[in-house]
Amino acid sequence: MSFEPKIVAFLCNWCAYAGADMAGTSRLKYPANVVPIKVMCSGRVDPEFIIDAFEKGADGVFIGGCHPGDCHYVNGNYRTRRRVKMMKKLLEEMGINPKRLRLEWVSATEGQKFARVIEEFVNEIKELGPSPWRK
Amino acid sequence: MKKKIAMYWGAGCGGCDVSLLGIHEKLLDLLDDIEIVFWPCATDFKYEDLEKMPDKSIDVAFYNGAIRTEENEEIAKLLRKKAKVLVAYGSCASEGCVIGLANLYDKKQIFNVVYLQNETTKNEDKVLPKEHANDLGLPKFLPHLKTLEDVVKVHAYIPGCPPMKPVLEEALEALLQGKTKFGKEVALCDECPRKDSKPEKIEIERFYRWHEKEDNGDCFLAQGIICMGPATRAGCGGECISANIPCTGCMGPPPKVKDQGAAMLSAIASLLGDMDEEKEEEIMDSIRDMIGTFYKYRAAKLLPEGRLKDES
Repeated sequence: MSFEPKIVAFLCNWCAYAGADMAGTSRLKYPANVVPIKVMCSGRVDPEFIIDAFEKGADGVFIGGCHPGDCHYVNGNYRTRRRVKMMKKLLEEMGINPKRLRLEWVSATEGQKFARVIEEFVNEIKELGPSPWRK
Repeated sequence: MKKKIAMYWGAGCGGCDVSLLGIHEKLLDLLDDIEIVFWPCATDFKYEDLEKMPDKSIDVAFYNGAIRTEENEEIAKLLRKKAKVLVAYGSCASEGCVIGLANLYDKKQIFNVVYLQNETTKNEDKVLPKEHANDLGLPKFLPHLKTLEDVVKVHAYIPGCPPMKPVLEEALEALLQGKTKFGKEVALCDECPRKDSKPEKIEIERFYRWHEKEDNGDCFLAQGIICMGPATRAGCGGECISANIPCTGCMGPPPKVKDQGAAMLSAIASLLGDMDEEKEEEIMDSIRDMIGTFYKYRAAKLLPEGRLKDES
């Protein structure tokens, strides 16, 4: 059986989640490996959540937020950008491929982009294989 | 009746044993209420003495140091059997401490550095520890460093490297009364001696290591020096800060935080000032050692099975 990765996607309420909705209402197809979790802002995604997701068996973690300058809460997505950068450095030191964590800006109208980046991400994780980080 | 107390050292530096003396006169008061039945560092007891004790006969057993060898593990299990309450004493036993950073490397790399490559080590015959020599056996060096709770059930934790006087006094008092919950729930910033100099909004423009900048006596984070205070449990009284050294987080996270390093990383990201993406990249690259900075005392918790191997 081929490897089907488990991917946890944290999507912000105002942009990325609406983008995912748009992908759905536009009847776009994307892989079903993603478990979406709605958060009010991508800035709500604490690095602890990312670690928790990986420890509980995620092969990849996706974070979707508003485009820079578009954050509903002014600067939440900038914080996310910084956190993700630091988390990637941490993952690398731990021996995890930082590609397993991905941040994308998806606006509410970008259903197509959402479907595309998810497909890209799933294929990337498929190539990387199962994550060795599980408790 | 006097309470029976045991203290054992696993893989640690001995600082925890000494810290018990750090409570000064209080120890004399304590000695009226307790009887030390096992403390290899200070008194002459052998393992067989411990084996001969009836099960559950020790009231409180303190275990300091981590589990690095088979011997550490064996005594942890033995103490668990003999004691009513088992306490992880200090950072090593609770969360792995500095020696937990060894989990980033395997046994071969560790032995190479410790016994062969270290500049101050003279070992011309390249002798490495063996598990057996003639009839003598040495305890096995475990593949990864474990904390006490990885091996046996632990009732209480006394944080700190080593536990500071105020933490210890409160903990000992509670434990002798049969309580296993003690300690503060807030972060170190709450009792920081530099608390008043913390600005309303911190905006870090670049990071300094603490030898790179002249300390102006203000909140370390406001100066751009990484201080683990916001993600570290209060109780120690901020002794390092009083000595002009930023907190490195030996008290572990406050009880409601699961991952100290992640919490600090999150805080740091929100404290950076306004800057473009390029500058952001640059300033983050100036933090060279993420695990050593944010997980100095908890690397064994982050990597209980050693450094992960992601194929590709």
